[in-house]
Amino acid sequence: MVENRPVLDFLAHLVLALGVALVAFPVWIAFVASTHAPTRFLTGLVPLLPGDNLVETYRTMLTAGISTSGAPPVAGMLWNSLVMAVLIATGKIAISLTSAFAIVYFRFPLRQLAFWLIFITLMLPVEVRILPTFEVVAGLGMLNSYAGLTVPLIASATATFLFRQVFLTIPDELTEAARIDGAGPMKFFRDIMIPLSRTNIAALFVILFIYGWNQYLWPLLITTDDGYYTIVAGIKRMAEAAESDPKWNYIMATAMMAMLPPVLVVLAMQRLFVKGLVETEK
Amino acid sequence: MAAIEIDSVVKTYAGGVTAVRGVSVTIPDGAFAVLVGPSGCGKSTILRMVAGLEAITAGEVRIGGRRVNELDPADRDIAMVFQNYALYPHMSVRDNLSYGLRNRRVARDEIARRVAAAADTLQIGALLDRKPRALSGGQRQRVAMGRAIVREPAAFLFDEPLSNLDAKLRVQMRAEIRQLQRRLGTTSIYVTHDQQEAMTMADTLIVLNGGRIEQVGAPLGVYRHPATTFVAAFIGSPPMNLLSARVEGGRVLLEGAEILAVAGLADGPVTVGIRPEDLAPGASAPDPAVAFELAVDYVEELGNGRLVHGRHAGQEMTVAVAADVALGDRLALAAGRDRLHLFDSASGRRLAA
Repeated sequence: MVENRPVLDFLAHLVLALGVALVAFPVWIAFVASTHAPTRFLTGLVPLLPGDNLVETYRTMLTAGISTSGAPPVAGMLWNSLVMAVLIATGKIAISLTSAFAIVYFRFPLRQLAFWLIFITLMLPVEVRILPTFEVVAGLGMLNSYAGLTVPLIASATATFLFRQVFLTIPDELTEAARIDGAGPMKFFRDIMIPLSRTNIAALFVILFIYGWNQYLWPLLITTDDGYYTIVAGIKRMAEAAESDPKWNYIMATAMMAMLPPVLVVLAMQRLFVKGLVETEK
Repeated sequence: MAAIEIDSVVKTYAGGVTAVRGVSVTIPDGAFAVLVGPSGCGKSTILRMVAGLEAITAGEVRIGGRRVNELDPADRDIAMVFQNYALYPHMSVRDNLSYGLRNRRVARDEIARRVAAAADTLQIGALLDRKPRALSGGQRQRVAMGRAIVREPAAFLFDEPLSNLDAKLRVQMRAEIRQLQRRLGTTSIYVTHDQQEAMTMADTLIVLNGGRIEQVGAPLGVYRHPATTFVAAFIGSPPMNLLSARVEGGRVLLEGAEILAVAGLADGPVTVGIRPEDLAPGASAPDPAVAFELAVDYVEELGNGRLVHGRHAGQEMTVAVAADVALGDRLALAAGRDRLHLFDSASGRRLAA
């Protein structure tokens, strides 16, 4: 359908512009707030134009943090978040690739049962099983560790299903050609399956990285040592700081820095991401 | 180089369906054998059992005298060309050709030599660095052939490799495959459902039906002396006319008229086969055994001739004629004695000569 009417064009762009403004305005406010000195907020009004305190605020947060509200330097929290997000994303992809491969290409006893067990875990996200999972992680001595932050989140039924669907679209002849070419199962997996799922892996990495990065409840629960605080949970700790007014400029600066890495990941992998979601040709 | 022996091979699937019911055939060293039959006749299953992609339920397959039933496809010294080519989409043509050799740890310079030789033979040298998706159907077909050649196997197995190509290219590739196979002298099994492809390519034609072999022989022999009514109807286009007739006292009667005197046949129904091109208009055939009139129902124009479909005494027939024919005409036809085929009505087997 190709319509060419100026009024429609105008309306369409108006709707788009309003949508962008709706999403972007709070981000702008947060940015502006992070550039002013803390005294500017005492009036209760947030200014709409950037102030002159940007460098100062961000340097303080990155290197020193706010010791009074128990916030460690943001640089450390960024690093923790990055480690957690990358471990979760790569771990989930590695595990779901291999389990999907097992389910699709191997005939083993109780294969259907395994398939349904994976399926059922869809109904058990970490929030639902948070107390028993905490108990297990505590019992294994994994509190305040990267393992504790990532392992309970690392199994993924969704990713397993996605890869299962991808593998099912790969023609049998390709498998047979590889068998005749002398490729054993793991060689086939490495040389054929993984390269053919490349775009799907990239798309999933973006989604799972953001999932891992945005984890809030779980890190909040199992980290008590500020050396393992993640940035998303850290913001919460700052805003709750007792016996003092929240330092909005610092909190907003932290929020800005927390938003940046997922944006960078999406930008960097945008092309592969879109390809992975829409490409059907195999 | 090796002969392929297929000995009483049976394939029964887990669900209890039997696809191949005891097939025995030997393909001599260097021969080009074509397995042909309608879909579901078991031809692909036989090929896949030779390749090792299907387990053999009973019987034995030997390649070069060595039993291969328990061997992995990779260890059978065969190469296979698939219908959809099955090229690795993410690899360049060069990598597609060399992948199997690299898995076998062939020396690097030997791989380079073989890939270059295959590319040269198939004229795909300019395509070596392309990905399969950047190739046309015919080029992909050549790459698939190349992947088989570089292996230098004891046997080539072809699973309907030309059915994804357009008609013109198919005819061209048939000739190329045949020339290549002659030059390399590699024993080959080729599966197709296209009887014309089978006729034009085969040294040995193996006609299958319902999981059994109907006939094995040279293409012309099979065409001239079909062993059963199935083969008679399957090989040749348009198919042979099969007419119901009777034997009475050593004479074959078609619509009451004696067409053939044959000694040693029991009285009863028989099937008479006449190829459409063996029925000549008028009484021009030498020593005419059959002569009758055909009511023309339908004419298929072919340009260089026409196929006339009609009925004679309630039996449908097809005739190939050169002259113009109009609908509703009555066509006088005749065929010589040596052009008639006799089959047992019940078993479909060929009788006498």
